[in-house]
Amino acid sequence: MAEIIVEEKGEGGKKKAKKHPPHIDMTPMVDLMCLLIVFFMLTTAFSKAKIMEIILPEKVKDPTQQEAPKIVASRTLNILLGPDDRLFWYPGAVKEEDFNNLPPLMETDFSADGIRKLLLERNRTLARTITEFRDEVISGRINISQDSLQSSISQLKKDDDTGPIVLIKAYKEADYGNFVDILDEMNICGIARYTFMKIAWYEEKMVETAIGTPALASSSN
Amino acid sequence: MPKIKLPTQSPHIDMTPMVDLFSVVLIFLMLTTTMRQPEPATVDTPFSISETPTPDFNTMTFLLSADGKVYMNFDNGPDTLLKYRPKILDEMGKRYEIEFTDEERRAFEKYKSAMGVPITRMKEFLTTNDNNLRNSIQENGIPIDSADNQLAMWILCARQVNPNIQASIKGDSNTEFSVVEKVLDILQDKNVNRFNLVTSLEAAKINLEEIQQ
Repeated sequence: MAEIIVEEKGEGGKKKAKKHPPHIDMTPMVDLMCLLIVFFMLTTAFSKAKIMEIILPEKVKDPTQQEAPKIVASRTLNILLGPDDRLFWYPGAVKEEDFNNLPPLMETDFSADGIRKLLLERNRTLARTITEFRDEVISGRINISQDSLQSSISQLKKDDDTGPIVLIKAYKEADYGNFVDILDEMNICGIARYTFMKIAWYEEKMVETAIGTPALASSSN
Repeated sequence: MPKIKLPTQSPHIDMTPMVDLFSVVLIFLMLTTTMRQPEPATVDTPFSISETPTPDFNTMTFLLSADGKVYMNFDNGPDTLLKYRPKILDEMGKRYEIEFTDEERRAFEKYKSAMGVPITRMKEFLTTNDNNLRNSIQENGIPIDSADNQLAMWILCARQVNPNIQASIKGDSNTEFSVVEKVLDILQDKNVNRFNLVTSLEAAKINLEEIQQ
């Protein structure tokens, strides 16, 4: 230790000449850091992609063993995804035997005045219950946690027996974006019961007829 | 008089605080960043109102490009501690009677983005460093036709190795629905009935007045 001090003292005389510590020019370092920051900002994926969950009914491996679930025709709403972002729908059910006398499809679109209005009109009671419930939670009149809010809403959906049962079917030329759009619409309108189905041959025929003759029937219902 | 020196030079700015600040920002960015993976095909995901974020592990992602090719990825990039990726590759190798070396296994483990490699050319894909060759191997995606359904096999192996794995589908909005339907069909054949559709966030609002109309 002592030696070191002595050594320092010995050099002290020389050091006196440069009293100020040498000034380091930081500018290149700043430049470099700027570059790195810009690089990281550009490569960072800040907003993570979101997911939408969909659960499909289990595939029926043996149709003779299992009976198709019976649903009320009056509550059924069939939505058919057509080509070129076109969207068709018809209420109720069509029997296979009636293929010579198919009802015309109604055309609508993905806008808020199209399919959303149509679904909300049919789903009015449930949608209102859900929105009111949510409003009450937001305004603090009902105090529950986020998790139980979700489960309460799904309970409300489960208990509902007035809303439509929506069957979504895709014509072969539809695209994936339409499929996601229509599922999204189900979530927006709070439809309790909906599923995706394979399109039947007579429904394909209905879509083809509808494409051939530009729809006269509007969705003004 | 002679003591007063006119400042002929521009004043020297002390850059040290700036460097400090930049360091902090840089370290923050480095720690929080998740690098955007280069995907084998550009995919514009459709929009939805869903706000659930994508899970980081226990997922298999199917990338469906706009021209109808299928690519697949496990756990979205570098592996978790449980090392599922090499196990899945081993399982696949067993079924197609291909023996993978440790090096190839490691390459598969580290490969970050989705891949659409037919299993017969997997060895070639994992050993090469040439991006052009990689792209040419991937040009047709994973075969999904019924004669040689490798996608179904991948799903089977992935579920065998990791029973908790979930399926995510990341499709372009212009992907033909028939391709999506085929993939859904294959998944359902393997008893996967729950899917996560990867979407981008969009706002949609309905209000009470609208409903009451």
